[in-house]
This record gives sequence, C-alpha cells and structure tokens, in this order.
Amino acid sequence: MTRAELVDELARRRAIHREVAESIVDELFRAMLETLQEGGRVEIRGFGSFKVREYGGYTGRNPKTGQEIAVAPKRLPVFKISRTLHEQLNQDI
Amino acid sequence: MSADTLTKARLAERVHDSVGLSKKESAEIIDDVFDLMRGALLHDEKLKITGFGNWIVRDKAARRGRNPQTNDSIIIARRRVLSFKPSPVLRVALNAKE
Repeated sequence: MTRAELVDELARRRAIHREVAESIVDELFRAMLETLQEGGRVEIRGFGSFKVREYGGYTGRNPKTGQEIAVAPKRLPVFKISRTLHEQLNQDI
Repeated sequence: MSADTLTKARLAERVHDSVGLSKKESAEIIDDVFDLMRGALLHDEKLKITGFGNWIVRDKAARRGRNPQTNDSIIIARRRVLSFKPSPVLRVALNAKE
C-alpha cells in the first residue's frame, strides 16, 4: 500500500473528498516527523511506537580500498511494533 | 506518559485544528488511518509512505537461541516481524536540526 492508496482508501471509507483525506494523511505524517525531529516519542496504540536513537561517530573503513573514513554521529528513528499487532501478525503460524 | 509523546489523541487534535473537522470525526479518522495501515500489513502488503518510511513484514525461520540469564538452549519459533525503514527525508530531518 502506498501513500496515495492510503489516501484513496481513507476517502472511500469515510466518504470524504480525496483532497480532505490527503490533507489529513499529510498532517498526520508531518506531526509524526516533527515530533521525532524534536526528539519526542510517537506512541500509536494497536500499531506501534517510534523513538529516536542516537548513534556515536566512529572511524570506519572502505572495504574495497581499506581507506579510513570518519562516520559522523547520527540520529535514527526506531520503530517497535505493538504487542497486539505482533500477535495478529503471528496468530496463524 | 511524558508531555512530548505524540498519541492518537494528539494527532486527532492536530487534524481538528488544521483540517477543521469535528473532534469526534478527527478521532475516528485517525483510528481509520491506522486501521487501514494495519490491514495492509496483515495482508502481507508492504506499506510505503513517501517522505516517512516503509514497513515490511518479514518471515523469520526458527533458530536455536539461548536464554542469556540461565544460559539454557532454547528453540526460537518461526515468526513474523515487522521492520521499518525510514525514508531519506525522515533521516535528513532528524539530523539537520541541532
């Protein structure tokens, strides 16, 4: 499912205009991105949660040339699936 | 829960403020969005949200593991996991601001 398909299905399910569904989906992911950007958490019951993890810099190596390269510190979002969704995903195996 | 945690209730407020739907309808719509996303993943579909990231369901084979506390050897059953890969837009957004 793509973002566009999500918008279409939301418009159909709620019987709202596609443009309205689109601005809702835009606002939702914008809010999630901004929260993570500010270092906050996102917690969606029944789906999962996001937090930001900080990674320190280190000196890596180009595996082909062996040349040393400095890898800068970075922040990455980490997703954790909710327990209920994990159980739903695994109920038939 | 700390004040800087974004929840469905807060998302509904944002939709109410920015799109101008009633609070009740905004809350229902937020539930519907995540329900549609969950439905896609449960039907073995990838979920690809441009500008945010992709979720994909992966099958993990059973393997022999170890309880790190007791050191007992155990079998970790076959299972499905959900992996999330952030989009370049999200990665840049998290690292641009100091």
